[in-house]
Amino acid sequence: MTEKRNWPLWEIFVRSKNGLEHRHFGSLHAADAEMALENARDVYTRRNEGVSIWVVESKHITASNPVNNGEMFEPAKDKVYRHPTFYDLPDEVKHM
Amino acid sequence: MSEKDVKNLEEIFEARIARDEKIEPKDWMPEKYRQTHIRQISQHAHSEIIGMLPEGNWITRAPSLRRKAALLAKVQDEAGHGLYLYSACETLGISRDELYEQLHSGKAKYSSIFNYPTITWADMGAIGWLVDGAAIINQVPLCNTSFGPYARAMVRVCKEESFHQRQGYEIMLTLCRGTEEQKAMAQDALNRWWWPSLMMFGPTDAESVHTEQSMKWKLKRKSNDELRQQFIDQTVPQADLLGITIPDPDLKWNEEKGQYDFGEIDWDEFWQVVKGHGPCNKERMNARVNAWNNGEWVRDAAMAYAEKNEKRKVAKAS
Repeated sequence: MTEKRNWPLWEIFVRSKNGLEHRHFGSLHAADAEMALENARDVYTRRNEGVSIWVVESKHITASNPVNNGEMFEPAKDKVYRHPTFYDLPDEVKHM
Repeated sequence: MSEKDVKNLEEIFEARIARDEKIEPKDWMPEKYRQTHIRQISQHAHSEIIGMLPEGNWITRAPSLRRKAALLAKVQDEAGHGLYLYSACETLGISRDELYEQLHSGKAKYSSIFNYPTITWADMGAIGWLVDGAAIINQVPLCNTSFGPYARAMVRVCKEESFHQRQGYEIMLTLCRGTEEQKAMAQDALNRWWWPSLMMFGPTDAESVHTEQSMKWKLKRKSNDELRQQFIDQTVPQADLLGITIPDPDLKWNEEKGQYDFGEIDWDEFWQVVKGHGPCNKERMNARVNAWNNGEWVRDAAMAYAEKNEKRKVAKAS
């Protein structure tokens, strides 16, 4: 006898209409990818919320840890020269 | 982590909530915040799932195809709402199996309103109108609660819930415009569901043990009594429109306060039902546990099939 396994968790991404990106809608349990797609259809698109669904088993997602947010995101904060407002131009310059 | 470090983290955490920042699952949070959220979100999820039972009772006997399709859709929504909420709860580090185990063992509670029986078709009207009406009032403020996954689930739930209340009120309206007998049926349903609906907002503020902490965490934004008053004030005119009478002789408009005064709630009844002695507590729990146990072989078969397919795929690739 092998140890009993429960249905794994899947993350669900839905494109609400063509032209928009897939967005994370939530998660659900399913035995396999096909069932995850069918369940996602029933759980997340009962009122025409989507035209396309992606399912990814949750264990395959690598996430950053908020504890490391400092070294992860702070370096961007002092690089104001990446923003257009950093550059001083006279008001007479139009369309720039 | 030293005690001082924890205290420091707690202060930063409380400040974030005070600034209306959202808390996400991987963020540090006090253990009490985690436990309180697991308790409340799972209780909410269980209520959705158990809430399917009293209405499921009438799907096969709905009076028309239109009513049947609507009721079926409503019950399906409740399954969906349960799933959104279980998923939100699982992000706090508790498994779905543990959550079910807590429900089945009686450790976790669900809303007491679902321990009342649905004996006539008019109950489908009264539940949609009153029970879903009360649920909406309870849930709308939660769309802004501090825990991100809960708030996001509530936004979806609230969007879908409004059809539930409207279909219920429409059932009541149809009965009240029908024969004397049909109108009497609507009145009888209101008589039975009114007081339990008021109890859905929980004990009075003076008796409520969790209110203060929950307010601080924005898990609650208005007190039980405030929400109950809001429900009464908006529901009385709707009963007038139906032409049926709310079963409370003390109910009257208070000009000075600009709200309705109402009679004493029977809190003994409330606590009896919470403690498991309501008319249907045993029946609901049996139905739920049986559904879970009798479905075990299906869940196992699906998993075995998935594993077999996975092995075949690996064998082909190698």
